[in-house]
Amino acid sequence: MPIVEFAPALTRHAACPPQQVEAATLGAALEAAFLAAPALRSYVLDEQGAIRKHVAVFINANLIASRTQLDVALQPQDKVMVIQALSGG
Amino acid sequence: MATPTLAAQATPVTPLAAHTLWVGTRKGLFVVRWSSAGWQIGEPHFPGEPVTQLLIDPYDGAWYAAQRLGHFGVKLWKSVDAGVQWQAIAAPAFPPKPDHGFWKDDPTPWSVDMVWGLEAGPGILWAGCLPAGLFSSTDGGTSWQLAENLWLRPERKDWFGGGYDHAGIHSILVDPRDPQHLTVAISCGGVWQSRDGGASWRNTSEGLEAEYMPPERRTDPNIQDPHRVVHCAAQPDVLWCQDHCGIWRSTNGGEFWDAVAAPQPSGFGFAVAAHPLDPARAWFVPAHSDAQRMPVGGRLVVNETRDGGVTFASHGEGLPQQGAFHLMYRHALVASQDGQTLAMGSTTGGLWVSEDAGVSWQCLSRDLPPIAVLRLV
Repeated sequence: MPIVEFAPALTRHAACPPQQVEAATLGAALEAAFLAAPALRSYVLDEQGAIRKHVAVFINANLIASRTQLDVALQPQDKVMVIQALSGG
Repeated sequence: MATPTLAAQATPVTPLAAHTLWVGTRKGLFVVRWSSAGWQIGEPHFPGEPVTQLLIDPYDGAWYAAQRLGHFGVKLWKSVDAGVQWQAIAAPAFPPKPDHGFWKDDPTPWSVDMVWGLEAGPGILWAGCLPAGLFSSTDGGTSWQLAENLWLRPERKDWFGGGYDHAGIHSILVDPRDPQHLTVAISCGGVWQSRDGGASWRNTSEGLEAEYMPPERRTDPNIQDPHRVVHCAAQPDVLWCQDHCGIWRSTNGGEFWDAVAAPQPSGFGFAVAAHPLDPARAWFVPAHSDAQRMPVGGRLVVNETRDGGVTFASHGEGLPQQGAFHLMYRHALVASQDGQTLAMGSTTGGLWVSEDAGVSWQCLSRDLPPIAVLRLV
């Protein structure tokens, strides 16, 4: 099953350990992960369901191509990493 | 017994009220308390996090703090025990963006980027946002409802950003005589009013003029940039507007705005505080100009009018009179309920208070993070 992991920049706001989820797509994997930490949802997604502009999501080593098309297929061995993009000052 | 002197008679009977000042900054919320030993700045709540708006609910005493996390969106926190504990509450959020109809291709994102205004009426909270959605909560912030009849006004297509990518609502006035009467100011979308608690709206910007626009559009009510609109609490039909293009005042509830001749050293600025009791009196913090958002000649002053904007006095006592680059943003100049104590905070982290109605000032810090908003009780 794919693994979903959130960076400490996120888990300091809402605790959420790395977890294995039953999911065939990126969107489904994130939804499954949010079940364990519902407060994390609004930190990662905006109210239209898009990945926030300053949040970066990787599948293995690859940054996802679209913030709104989250129906990307996942393989059982895939690892999803959610980190904060580098911005601010 | 000696006859009291005039000076003794003029001495206030009661000591200075024990004010509390809340300071929302780029890196946390600071609570500053007055005591006989002076003003003391406390350790920050939410250290490191940007706080864009505050509310101290006058009806139940609850504290609200809005965060704009650089990466993770808008968050709203509430404390019912004077900041001992904070609880995350719902933040205003737009409904799903339509995939058909008039707003299908709306270039404005339907996603709240910042809470820019936060006010309370009896049993209701109002949040003005960037983009320019107005939201209300009747359950203390557990849930929020969008004022759709403002957000869905077709005129919104003409609104545009002032200082940000999109238009936003920064000023919300709840009429103390009638809480169904709301006035909001939008940068850049003019001044709008509702008489039915937000169900219907009309633009009340007549008299405002935007000199930066093409001549044909200068008086268009829908593109005005009122930087900040406040009213006199005792006479709410008197409103003051520090606009992008100068100062305006209305004496008829915003039905018409009268231009105030630009005072020295400048009519440009963001902040205005109305005297809560005297409708002829207000304070402003002038900046050089649109292009130079800093005090004129490096000299920080507070401008005060006591005659409805006919004349102004510039107060500089206690403020840096050379080499100063402070700007007071929209919500960073406030007056106490009796108009005697004032506070202001700058985008370069300076914080001052005045205990004589703005004539002289005391610096509390020059080292705070950029200050967005003050509240004084």
